[in-house]
Amino acid sequence: MTGISVTFGGIKALTDVSLTVEPGQVHGLIGPNGAGKTTMFNVACGLVRNSEGTITWRGQELRRLRPAQLAGLGIARTLQGVGLFPGLTVLENVMVGAHKHARAGFFSALFAIPTSDRDDARLRERAMTALAELDAADYAGRYPGSLPYPVQKRVALARALVAEPELLLLDEPASGLSEDEMHELGTLIGHLSGRMSVLLVEHHMDLVMRVCDQITVLDSGKQIAAGTPQQVQNDPAVTEAYLGDAVDDTTDVSELAGTDGGTHRG
Amino acid sequence: MSDLQTPASSPASGAATSDAPTTATAASNASSVQATGGRTLLPRNTLLRHLLVLVLCAVGAVILLESTDLGFNAQIGYVAFYAIAAGGLTLLTGLNGQISLGHGALMAVGAYTTALLLDVEEPLPLVVIFLAAIALTSLVGAVVGVAAARLHGPYLAGATLALAVGLPGLALYFRDFLGGEQGLTVSSPDRPDWFVEGIRTLSGNSASGVKWIAYIAVACLLVTYFLLANLMRSRIGRTWRAVRDQEVAAELSGINLGTWRVLAFLVSAAAAGLAGAVLALVVRLTAPTAFTIVLSLSLLTAIVIGGLGSLLGALIGSALLVFLPRALRDAGESLDMDAAQAAEISYVVYGVILVLVMLFAPAGLVGSIRLAWMKQRARRAGARTRG
Repeated sequence: MTGISVTFGGIKALTDVSLTVEPGQVHGLIGPNGAGKTTMFNVACGLVRNSEGTITWRGQELRRLRPAQLAGLGIARTLQGVGLFPGLTVLENVMVGAHKHARAGFFSALFAIPTSDRDDARLRERAMTALAELDAADYAGRYPGSLPYPVQKRVALARALVAEPELLLLDEPASGLSEDEMHELGTLIGHLSGRMSVLLVEHHMDLVMRVCDQITVLDSGKQIAAGTPQQVQNDPAVTEAYLGDAVDDTTDVSELAGTDGGTHRG
Repeated sequence: MSDLQTPASSPASGAATSDAPTTATAASNASSVQATGGRTLLPRNTLLRHLLVLVLCAVGAVILLESTDLGFNAQIGYVAFYAIAAGGLTLLTGLNGQISLGHGALMAVGAYTTALLLDVEEPLPLVVIFLAAIALTSLVGAVVGVAAARLHGPYLAGATLALAVGLPGLALYFRDFLGGEQGLTVSSPDRPDWFVEGIRTLSGNSASGVKWIAYIAVACLLVTYFLLANLMRSRIGRTWRAVRDQEVAAELSGINLGTWRVLAFLVSAAAAGLAGAVLALVVRLTAPTAFTIVLSLSLLTAIVIGGLGSLLGALIGSALLVFLPRALRDAGESLDMDAAQAAEISYVVYGVILVLVMLFAPAGLVGSIRLAWMKQRARRAGARTRG
C-alpha cells in the first residue's frame, strides 16, 4: 500500500501512508487512539475507499476492491471485537469462514444430492481442524453468545484461519485478553507467520514488540515511523506521540468510520 | 390436528440444531447442543433422512385425508397453500432476515398464471402449469429481490408493501384479460382414473374433485417442504443465516451479500408462486380481493406464531390461521350466538390469542418449545458433569 490517503467529509483521516507486508512476516500497525490504524485496515479490506494512493497485492493493483472478493484473493481478516454470527454454532461460524472452499452448489443442496453432504462434511472437517488448532474444538456445538470473550476471539480467529489465507489481517486481537492469554496469542501469531503474512493492529506494545518483524507507527493519520521493533522503540517521534500531548480530539474522526460491524471496541 | 402436525415435524426438527432463531442464542447460554451427531435413529445422510420423513408424512397425510370428511379435506387444501407460502417466507425472514409484505402479491402472480393456463380447451398437464406459475413468480421475485437486497428493515417493508398494494391493481387495469374485481373462475382439472380407482381400493371413499385437489395441495406442500428443508440444512441455509447475523463478517468470509439475498428472495417467491397456484385450485377463484395486504400479513403472522425460521412452525401457524377462526365461530354458535355475532366475536378472540402467544412465547410456538428443550438438555448435561 503506497501513498494512501483517506478523507471523511473534508477531514483527512490518513495522509500519505505507505506500508508493505513482506511474505511470511508479521507487520505491526500501531499508534495512539484515533491515529488511523483501523481506517488503514479498512482501506486494505475495501470497507473504506482511499481517495489517493494504490493498493498492490501479489504484484497486481487492486482497484475498487469489494470486501467479498478478499477471501478469494487469499486475504482474511478478523474484526475489532469479535463479530461472530450469534445464531450459528461455533462450528457453523467457522464453516462459514471456509465458504470459498465450498464446491457443491445450489441445486445439489436443493435436492440433497450426496455430493452436497460430502462437501459439507469436508468443510466441517476443515473447521474442526482450525478449531482444534486454537484449542476451541470443545465448544463446536455451542452458540457464541454463551462463551467467554477470549474463547469467542479464538473462534473468530479460527474462522479467519480456516480460509487458509496468504495474508491475515488482525484487528486488535489482544483486546479484552488477560496477560496469559495475550502471551499465548503471541506464540500463536509467531507460529502463523511461517504459513502466512500477518498485518496486526494492536494497542499492546509488549505484544507488538514481541511478535512483529516490521512496525509502522501512525499518529493523527500520518506515518511517523517505520522499521524493526528496535528502530521504532528508539525513535523519538514515537515516544513523543505516545507520551506527549499528541492525542487530540479532532483525530477521532477515523473512529467514526470504523466499520467494526456493530461490535464494541476492546 | 395432531396428525396434521406430523408432515414437516421431522424436516424441521432435523434442522433444529441449525436454524435456531436468534432469540435462541441468548437463551442457549448454558446449552451445548452438538451441531451434528447426538442420539438419533434417523440416517445421517440428508437425502435419506429427509426422504424417510417425506414418506412418513405422506402416509400420515393420506390417513388424515381419508379419515375425515370432504369439508375437512377442503380445509386441508387451505392449510396447504398457506403453509407453502409461509414456508418460503420463513426461509426469507427467519433465515435471511429480510421482511416481505409482498408475498400475497407474489401468490397472486402464481394464482393468475394457473387460472389463465387452465382456462383453455386443452389445458397443459398440471405439473407444467405449476412449473410455469413457479417460474413466472420467481422472475417477479428476483426483480423485487434485486431491489430488496439494497434495503433494510422498514425500507424493505415499505418497498414490498408497494408490491402488495400495486400488483393486485393490475387485475383491475387489465380488466378484459384478468377479470377485474370479479376475478377469474378457475376450471377444475380432471381427476385421472387411477386416482379414482386408487381411492376406492384404499378407503372405499368416493374420489370427488375436492379430494383430488386436496391431494394435489398436500403433495405440493410435502415436496416444497422437502426441498426447503434440504436447503435449510445445507451450506446454502447456513450462508443465509450468516448474512442475516453479521453482514460485515459474512462479506469478509467471501459471501456476496446481494447475490445471497436475491437468491433467498427468489426461492421464497418460487414457494409463493406454487402456493398461489394451489390457492387457485382450492378456492377456484382468483380475484384481487383475495391477495390484499391482509394475506401478506396473515402469512407473517403464521410464521411468527409458529416460530421464525422453522418449517414446522410455518405449518402450525398456517393451520392455526385456517382452523382457529372457524373453531371459534363454531364455539360461538354453540353458545347460542347467531352466525354474524359468532363471526365477529371469533376475530376478537383470535386477536387475543395471537397477542397471548406473542407475550408468552416470543420465539413462537416451535421456537419456545425448542428453547425449553435445549435448557432441559443443558441442565442435564450440567448435572452430569457435576455428578
